[in-house]
Amino acid sequence: MIRRRLRQLWPSVALCTALLCGWQAAVNLLGVQDWLLPSPVQIARAGWQAAPILCPHIWETTRETLAGFALALFVGLGLGMLVDYSSTVRAAVYPLLVLSQTVPVIAIAPLLVIWFGYGILPKVIVVALVCFFPIVINTADGLQSTDAEQIALLRTMGATRSQIFRKVRLPGALPAFFTGIKVGITYSVVGAIMGEWVGASSGLGVFMLRATNSFRTDWVFVSIAVTAMLSLMLFGAVTLLERAALRWYWSSRRTEEWEEIR
Amino acid sequence: MPIIRVEQVSKAFQVDGRVFYALDRVSMEARQREFVSIVGPSGCGKSTLLNLVAGLLDPDDGEIALQGDRSAPRLGRVGYMPQRDGLLPWRRLLDNLTLGPEIMGRDVAIARERARSLLPLFGLEGFERSYAHELSGGMRQRAALLRTLLCEQEVVLLDEPLGALDALTRRTMRDWLLDIWERFERTMVFVTHDVDEAVLLSDRIYVMSPRPGRIVSEITVDLSRPRGEGLLGQPSFISYRDEILNTLRESSA
Repeated sequence: MIRRRLRQLWPSVALCTALLCGWQAAVNLLGVQDWLLPSPVQIARAGWQAAPILCPHIWETTRETLAGFALALFVGLGLGMLVDYSSTVRAAVYPLLVLSQTVPVIAIAPLLVIWFGYGILPKVIVVALVCFFPIVINTADGLQSTDAEQIALLRTMGATRSQIFRKVRLPGALPAFFTGIKVGITYSVVGAIMGEWVGASSGLGVFMLRATNSFRTDWVFVSIAVTAMLSLMLFGAVTLLERAALRWYWSSRRTEEWEEIR
Repeated sequence: MPIIRVEQVSKAFQVDGRVFYALDRVSMEARQREFVSIVGPSGCGKSTLLNLVAGLLDPDDGEIALQGDRSAPRLGRVGYMPQRDGLLPWRRLLDNLTLGPEIMGRDVAIARERARSLLPLFGLEGFERSYAHELSGGMRQRAALLRTLLCEQEVVLLDEPLGALDALTRRTMRDWLLDIWERFERTMVFVTHDVDEAVLLSDRIYVMSPRPGRIVSEITVDLSRPRGEGLLGQPSFISYRDEILNTLRESSA
């Protein structure tokens, strides 16, 4: 099991290492100046030095991300169930949902600052706006895809509509729901940073802007790396949660591998 | 008094504006503890008939009475086993088995005990905590039947329960099903397109024509019980089988 994991993992690790080495070598050999493109080693060193300054910014962005994502989860789940509940609501809301995704967030963000000020709220809303769509769509689709035979079975047992929902449709929709969450969470940190760009006093987005304006290219790369790591960690947390909640699903999808011994 | 009585029932469906007549003035009945089969070609409306009796559908015309009562809703009053097993993939076996009592608001703890005590008879011992996908096809069907029986209804409707099994499993399951029916003393209505199966299992057989489904013949199978695989080659068995096959051939010609 662990050996198989390692075997799946090593190609990507090897490729990343090779790319970083290539980058390092190119910068050293061609003598590229730091402010244009720092080397990985320089970035790592800059990150280490900037850590005390960086930490409050990371915390701020994490807070915004989590709050925004919680809002997206709440709204997404609610809307997904509402859209599923009535076909009239579905017909009314679905086009609006799609439309909401065609409006550039970067255009709305300044408006949010005008309406809600420089506090945490506009960022939370931006994060929620970016994340809620995949959650709504996947929840609704998951609820719609219930096995008709299972519903028929419960009806013959005299089940009420709410029993059918709780015992068949909701558990059946969970895999799709988690897919929506995983897509949403990958956008969430970037959403928070977009929100910060428009107007904030702290956060990774602010740190990034200040670094750019003062030509601290190494710090720009540091904040990019931190953003990526934060996103990966959130994604990993959701994946772990999913594995725990959907044991049946993952065990039904796992295929046994028959290998030749020699 | 028959426990199920279907009188002159017709049912039509609409698909893309075209109308399909599934059942045409079908009448049938099942008495207490009887094993009744409905045999017919694929698509003749056998499953529609079962769904009507279960209350999943309402007849366009005609009447259905359960225990003499024609007006009361039928949902929740008969045991129903769908064509595929209908096991919920996120539930472990024992939780799947007690689904009926749970929905009906009965004591689940008692149902669990009863389910547990019946596991050996259904060849499911040791699989209490298995998910459906971890069970073989035969085990899944047996689990589905046990779940149906645990609903504790007088009437059990079986929609081609052996249809998806391989020939070998199917043969052992047939004998086993006979045994279960004798032990549990329920009224069973069994839908199939396998004539051998119908003759082997049933007290009475209704033969249906292709769409629109009509009952073309009703045959009482007068073979002594307990029955088993050994019956298959005997002349009395073969004459019943040929009679049904001829009826099916004539009605589809």
